[in-house]
Amino acid sequence: MARISLKVNGKSRSVETDPTTPLLYVLRGDLGLQGPKFGCGLSQCGACTVIMEGKSVRSCSVPVTAAQNREVTTLEGLGSVAHPHRLQKAFVDEQAGQCGYCLNGMVMSAKVLLDQNPHPTDTEIKQALNGVLCRCASYLRIVRAIQRAANADQSAPPIINYM
Amino acid sequence: METKTISRRQLLKSTGALIVSFNFFGAVPRILAQTAAPSDAGLQPGSLDSWLAVAQDGSVTVFTSKVDLGTGTGTALGQIVAEELDVPITKITMDIGDTSKTVDQGRTSASRTLERAGPQLRQAAAAARQELLKLAATRLGTPVEQLTVSDGVVSVAGNAAKNVSYGSLIGGRHFNVQVAASGEGWDLNIAPEVHPKNPKDYKVVGTSVPRFDLPQKLTGEFEYAHEVRVPGMLHGRVVRPPVVNSKPSSIDQDSIKHIPGVVKVVQEGNFLGVVAQTEWAAIQAARDLKVTWSAPATKFPANPTDMYDYLKNTKSFVERVGAEKGNSATALGQAARTFEATYRWPFQMHGMIGPSCAVADVRGDKVTIWAGAQAPFITRKGVATLLGLPEKNVHFIYREGSGCYGRLEPDDSPEDAALMSRAVGRPVRVQWMREDEHGWEPKGPPQLITVRAGVDAQGKVTAWDYAERTLPWTDARLSPMLASRQSGIKPDEQGVFLGGGDGAAYNFENRKAVSSGIPWFMNPNPLRTCNLRAPYSSARCFATESHVDEIAAALRVDPVEFRLRYLGDDSKRVIGVLQAATKKAGWQARPSPSQAGTGSIATGRGVAVSGMAGTVVAQVAEVEVDKSTGKVTVKRVTVAHDCGLIVNPNGLRNQIEGNVIQGVSRALMEEVQFDSTGVKSLDWRGYPIITFRDVPDVEIVTIDQKEMPSLGAGEASTIAVAAAIANAIFDATGVRLHQVPFTPQRVLSAINGGAPSNRGD
Repeated sequence: MARISLKVNGKSRSVETDPTTPLLYVLRGDLGLQGPKFGCGLSQCGACTVIMEGKSVRSCSVPVTAAQNREVTTLEGLGSVAHPHRLQKAFVDEQAGQCGYCLNGMVMSAKVLLDQNPHPTDTEIKQALNGVLCRCASYLRIVRAIQRAANADQSAPPIINYM
Repeated sequence: METKTISRRQLLKSTGALIVSFNFFGAVPRILAQTAAPSDAGLQPGSLDSWLAVAQDGSVTVFTSKVDLGTGTGTALGQIVAEELDVPITKITMDIGDTSKTVDQGRTSASRTLERAGPQLRQAAAAARQELLKLAATRLGTPVEQLTVSDGVVSVAGNAAKNVSYGSLIGGRHFNVQVAASGEGWDLNIAPEVHPKNPKDYKVVGTSVPRFDLPQKLTGEFEYAHEVRVPGMLHGRVVRPPVVNSKPSSIDQDSIKHIPGVVKVVQEGNFLGVVAQTEWAAIQAARDLKVTWSAPATKFPANPTDMYDYLKNTKSFVERVGAEKGNSATALGQAARTFEATYRWPFQMHGMIGPSCAVADVRGDKVTIWAGAQAPFITRKGVATLLGLPEKNVHFIYREGSGCYGRLEPDDSPEDAALMSRAVGRPVRVQWMREDEHGWEPKGPPQLITVRAGVDAQGKVTAWDYAERTLPWTDARLSPMLASRQSGIKPDEQGVFLGGGDGAAYNFENRKAVSSGIPWFMNPNPLRTCNLRAPYSSARCFATESHVDEIAAALRVDPVEFRLRYLGDDSKRVIGVLQAATKKAGWQARPSPSQAGTGSIATGRGVAVSGMAGTVVAQVAEVEVDKSTGKVTVKRVTVAHDCGLIVNPNGLRNQIEGNVIQGVSRALMEEVQFDSTGVKSLDWRGYPIITFRDVPDVEIVTIDQKEMPSLGAGEASTIAVAAAIANAIFDATGVRLHQVPFTPQRVLSAINGGAPSNRGD
């Protein structure tokens, strides 16, 4: 066991854990961040994607030690239902999702893409997100949502919450 | 962790529109429910209070055991209730799939939610509205006939100032009203004597209300089954044999001594699992535990080719006749031309992105389960049987899983978790690893279908003989789940076999369709089978619609015109979708093949129609085939869809898009790899599914039948995809494919003459 210092969503966090633990389990189990999901544990599906130092990272396949003293952002760090990021808002506006299990990977990968390429073509979106799997196959809506976000006013109004 | 629990009684007292409970990590906008159990027999369907509750602020909680599998049915059912009650949709909360709070409305499958649960909730809501109007009449001193309702406020017609809200009429109190109720499950008939609204007056049904669940799903605030955490919870992982029918003959406990936090190795018969303090410890322990498994007691056919031989040569245990009209054998003998071909559909996976997951808390003789099972009451029964407890002692609480497409009708994980929780005396969360899910999920069964058709001298189809051979579902409905079978509970049947149909809507004058059920391994095995989205139907449509296309081509008739010849007055809705889809796609009437294109790229279009439980669909696929590589690219699929009355148009389109694209994936790339001992497709590289790059455009025409009931849309539009693509490939290349998936290798081989077209003579 070891004490590991992390910086997640702008906050310093410290956990006592087996240093071989993949980052995903620390985020979900120790820090209660449920945005990143377990899908395959093999870097094949993208459900666990987080952003580390501006790059998308498959958190199921990097040990927590690799995230030490580095800036990690999870889905929760982008926004909330009360204060959504424009990508989260755009996905709701396009109703881009069914079961939604893949959406963490979609939104986080799209965030990295838009940071690097604010106005991508549909083809560029498809290339950038090609490694994120959606079995419900909401792919077309997801492309539309990312285009909507790319063209959106930066200050998104809140999502209407029906729940 | 503090879990705030809210009973039905407390719920009635609540005043907030949003019912919030708390866990370690902040607000969870779901009701984490723990209620006093109703009677042993469960909630009474004839009690209005079993279906809905009105709070003092006028918000309405709807109780239903029809679970939302991520398809948006929770929102659609909420619309139906909001409509009948005349309350704003924002006032509706759905409380879904809790066996202590809901009436058993049957399993959620076969796209029957809106068709069956829709009327049940509509009638309950209409009865509640009637009751509220009676209360309002007394309160306002005005006859019911002079009252109107808007946004949950009852007012006197022509005197809006004289009003009373639902909240003040009944808020926080039970209705204590009985309504007529008969039947059970899907066939429950609630308050049939109550007149619901005229569909012409609908304001909420028929509109694209945004999904209730998506905002939370996009921010990490939604609680999936995978997110359930309860106090004192440990983590479990299953350890399953790599091969069919083997037993753990020795277990080396020392092999995991080095892993800190391991609590116990759990063995129950042939079931094996490990429990640990942390998830990562459980994963390592399951991976590192040295188990000597007995040699496989039985062997599968060694590869997909042998599997089709097995289907062909093994004696069937049941024959189901789906259609029989005239005498197809005689007519075949008299035909001027005959057409015969055999079509093959492989084992395919559901492929949930998130694997099976459940939390079980076994305390003495009481059990609580949280999971994403499609049939809460059936899963409850399975867990009760496994643990030797009465059903009433098991409380199942639904938490949505990953999209599952039939896989969680037989949900294994609650039983895994229950065995491990009982063994350690603590709540245990079990999540399957990717290789567990790929390796051991029940698969969609393979199908081998031979169609023989006869045509007379005038080019009329006079004989149709459809013969299918396939496996039953070894794991479905009430059959014991994996852990039960591993611990010695034997299934008492040969599986569930839904046989019979060729899926054709055509009026051939002599027609026979027979499906033969071939026996399969009923002991635990990695190629066990269950319902996979639109079960059996995609292959049946592939065979039927390919064969019809083949005959049309041989007769040099346009495929649409040819189909219309055999669609009669009883198929008006089929004709409607066929015409709508082809019009939208800009279909040019001509025979296939056209063999259009330039260079190595051939282009083509194909059409196919399908039906499921009353919903009818037609699709046109447009493809490019690279004749040098065999690669098929589906450019566009145009769909016309008629599922009766549409409740949520955008939700419907979302379903259709997903169904079509998933169908393209299954048609082009999906086939489970295996050998005689087990499944070899153990991850997404071994079982690729469609990604962004290969997604076609999807054009949709929805036909809203306002005079009809609502029918299902969860599966119907996936059925004809493979057939339409096969017909488009034929149009492009002149080559007929008889086997799914249409991989580049298979297409190239067909183009090069490796698999000759079984054209008529």
